[in-house]
Amino acid sequence: MTGRITGISGPTVSADAAGLKLYERVFVGHAMLTGEVVRIEKNRSVIQVYENTRGLAVSEPVEGTGTPLTVRLGPGILSGIFDGLQRPLQTLRDESGPFIKTAKALNPLDFSRQWAFHRLIKEGDTLHPGDIIGYVREGPFQHTILCPPHVQGKLSWVADKDIRLDSPVGALEDGTEIPGYHDWPVRVRRPFRKKRSPSERLVTGQRVIDFLFPIARGGTAIMPGGFGTGKTILDQSIAKFADVDIVVYVGCGERGNEIAELIEEFELLKDPWTNRTLMERTILCVNTSNMPVAAREASIYTAVSMAEYYRDMGLHVLMLADSISRWAEALREISSSLEELPGEEGYPTYLASRLSGFLERAGVVESGGGKAGSLSMILSVSPPGGDFTEPVTQSCLRTSGAFLMLDTALAHRRHFPAINWFQSFSLYGSELLEQEREMVPLEWEEARSRCKDILQKEEGLREVAEIVGVEGLQDPDRLLMHVAETIRLRFLSQNAYTEDAFSAPERTLSIIRGILDFYDEASKRLKEGIPLEELLTGKGLRGEGIER
Amino acid sequence: MQLSEHRYNTVSSIAGPLLFVQGVMQARIGEVVRIQSPEGKVLDGEVLEINGDTVMLEVYGITQGLDIKGTSVVFTDSVKRAPLSRDMIGRVFNGAFKPIDGLPPLFPETWAPVTGYPINPSARARPVEFIETGVSVIDGLNTLVKGQKLPVFSCSGLPSKEVVAAILRNARIMGREASSQERDRIRQAGDFVVVFAALGLTFYEYAFYETVLREMRSGFVAFVNMADEPVMERLLTPRFALTAAEYLAFERGMDVLVIITDMTNYCDALREVSTAREELPGRRGYPGYMYSDLASLYERAGRIRQQKGSVTMLPVVTMPEDDITHPIPDLTGYITEGQIVLSRSLHQKGIFPPVDVLPSLSRLMQRGIGKGHTREDHRAVSNLLYKYYAKGRDLRRLEAIVGRDGMTDKDKQMLDFADSFEGEFVHQGGARRSVFETLDIGLDILKRFKLEE
Repeated sequence: MTGRITGISGPTVSADAAGLKLYERVFVGHAMLTGEVVRIEKNRSVIQVYENTRGLAVSEPVEGTGTPLTVRLGPGILSGIFDGLQRPLQTLRDESGPFIKTAKALNPLDFSRQWAFHRLIKEGDTLHPGDIIGYVREGPFQHTILCPPHVQGKLSWVADKDIRLDSPVGALEDGTEIPGYHDWPVRVRRPFRKKRSPSERLVTGQRVIDFLFPIARGGTAIMPGGFGTGKTILDQSIAKFADVDIVVYVGCGERGNEIAELIEEFELLKDPWTNRTLMERTILCVNTSNMPVAAREASIYTAVSMAEYYRDMGLHVLMLADSISRWAEALREISSSLEELPGEEGYPTYLASRLSGFLERAGVVESGGGKAGSLSMILSVSPPGGDFTEPVTQSCLRTSGAFLMLDTALAHRRHFPAINWFQSFSLYGSELLEQEREMVPLEWEEARSRCKDILQKEEGLREVAEIVGVEGLQDPDRLLMHVAETIRLRFLSQNAYTEDAFSAPERTLSIIRGILDFYDEASKRLKEGIPLEELLTGKGLRGEGIER
Repeated sequence: MQLSEHRYNTVSSIAGPLLFVQGVMQARIGEVVRIQSPEGKVLDGEVLEINGDTVMLEVYGITQGLDIKGTSVVFTDSVKRAPLSRDMIGRVFNGAFKPIDGLPPLFPETWAPVTGYPINPSARARPVEFIETGVSVIDGLNTLVKGQKLPVFSCSGLPSKEVVAAILRNARIMGREASSQERDRIRQAGDFVVVFAALGLTFYEYAFYETVLREMRSGFVAFVNMADEPVMERLLTPRFALTAAEYLAFERGMDVLVIITDMTNYCDALREVSTAREELPGRRGYPGYMYSDLASLYERAGRIRQQKGSVTMLPVVTMPEDDITHPIPDLTGYITEGQIVLSRSLHQKGIFPPVDVLPSLSRLMQRGIGKGHTREDHRAVSNLLYKYYAKGRDLRRLEAIVGRDGMTDKDKQMLDFADSFEGEFVHQGGARRSVFETLDIGLDILKRFKLEE
């Protein structure tokens, strides 16, 4: 289907092409810019263009492709750095220099690379979409090659050693060739056999999260915070240390220098769980704030499709997006150029439904191949003016399982991660830290509520202390203030630039246990008449150095 | 490249800076147009939006005197480009890149589109090289590195231009382990250049900056859009400046420091165009795309892997109503790598530069300090100073309630520390301090109060 451009406004182009399908991918102009059909009127199609439209002229051609916007899924995605449309940025850099000047489509997968292929089926077997044909080794993982969607029939031959993606891995009796990769429409969630409720813990290595507000594998968390509250550092720390197989990191409308930092670091740093470089388990999907806005909107879908693909191999995948607010703003920009009626703060009224549709792509699932994998999501939110009543935070709140609120006041006190312990919450259950029970005997639920209680009481006492001074407080209260301070400084805060950046679960539990034991012991001694000063210096205690 | 030019006399309406022309064939987004008024005055403009054969133009210049009958528009078929050459150094241009220093016009070596191209994130080098600004509170606690964008958040009436001037006079790029001799050599080689963009400045402010620029030992290029000059040009001025900066940095291998003042005037110009286009207003009437628009400027700072040269940016933002949550500083803070916040109360105490350390931040500092960059103890000194000063500031509130006599000796000491920190470390008047002097002053205060751990 071809037509011509009749109007251009920002990233939105209208064309006189009839017969295009909604959400069909189109090429716009002589420069072949990628776009998607977002509205169809009688003789007019409205197209959202994913590239900079500068220089585009009316009457240039518009050409439909007949397929929706897709990602290419196959071996070789891992360790890749892609833009929001899955263009491989390193290849682009090698081909056309440090600046992104072209809208050229590039193959995201390296078709010339050899992969050692192990087949798991043989000639004569009947193949259904999603069936496992075999696997290749991609880094530390068995990358299963699945039967692409819409391919079904009896197998006439299948490769049994090295494969390259530019030739098929097998063929059906009717002659249909089966490629080693397939293209998947980004806006459609990948199918699975069954969804399970998230019940396994996801260790982030951040004590405040793992202990107070745990996240489950297959769960979702949102992390809102004003600027300077350490969202990105926290995101990157989690990307480094989380105990998952694969991390998909989406730099959605954020800073280029941060991505440069992340790439350089991930190439050097080791995954604490497997001791391989972090880049070997990471996929980056990057659309910095100065890259085209509409592609930013697509980037989270591109990324989540890649994440689902690896989840289908039975792997644990974590998707981090920094920040979902920039995605929402892109949505707003597109919506306003379509002249849609705005909802709250100019965001389209479908913001909430789009967001929840996206968040629901997380979960623990049994894939068609029968393997159980998980896709967890942690999304950071950048509320304007640090005001959490704004629509993006509020829409996320309704569907996410954990809410990690980053607090400007804590950040100013250089308390990082600046997660506010009064207003954050997690819906995931206590069984998450059970595994360490044998190593560190501690009732997690009880310890957690005691910890929260101490912090709550400190808040009240602090107001009193502001007026009467700390010396004016009763001894038990002063002890509590001391314990609360220890919890804040030694337990809840972690410096991302030291060894303490990652805290294994047993370490997390033993620190808090040490602090609570000290509190119990000191309270008892206090009642026995031992002066507070001696207790605070550790002299008046019997057991040796409970506190670290 | 001018393939074909078309002239139209079919202006259908004029609204503020916007002009609508009908019956236009094959207009391009971003295409440069020349508008001729009935009196023969020629204005530049650009295609903003196309709807069928009706084209919306943005006019750079004053639209007064234009009419429907006598105005004609020439479409040039090319997008806005900047003429670039090394000879720009030492020159002063207006917001439309025309020389205003009385010297002959520039002979361009090359042309580049003013909107620039995004740096491929995988081609960026991470900023790690320390820039010594000579200002203790920046070098010591909010270190600037090459390729960073670090705005100065000011309030009206505060000496932001004096702070910028101090940086301009004193900034030096210190390579890894560079000796002072080497540093002088680097400077003399003229590899360090300042690109200055004045947006909506008053003549008084500009005259101040011009004197500072002329006194500098390193080279500069200035782009000047004054307060009484066309508002629309204000949207173009920083783009010319950044295109020039990118050329000098990435084609000529120089280290470029870009000063843009004042971004608040830029954002107000953006709002003016947006309302003229009858777009849905966002917070405080600023357009919803302001984040992306600001990012298209700020993100042009950076370094490129395996390439010489860098663009470092120091924009000045005057916070309306001293409000840091106002959309302009808010969106800026979300894009830039930290901020230097000036404080009214420090200014009233006579402290210069009046930088409030607590809300100030340099996100890229951690990689640019310490052994091999500045000094091994830099991180420790800076963390301790921050920590104790924050505590001292907290205690000042308590002091206001209970009075100094009601406080413990330890607390009193902390209060005195905060005063000394402001008076000796933050306050430095017009003097230049090397980073070592800065750290020594910090250490000295810490030792005096026996607070160091």
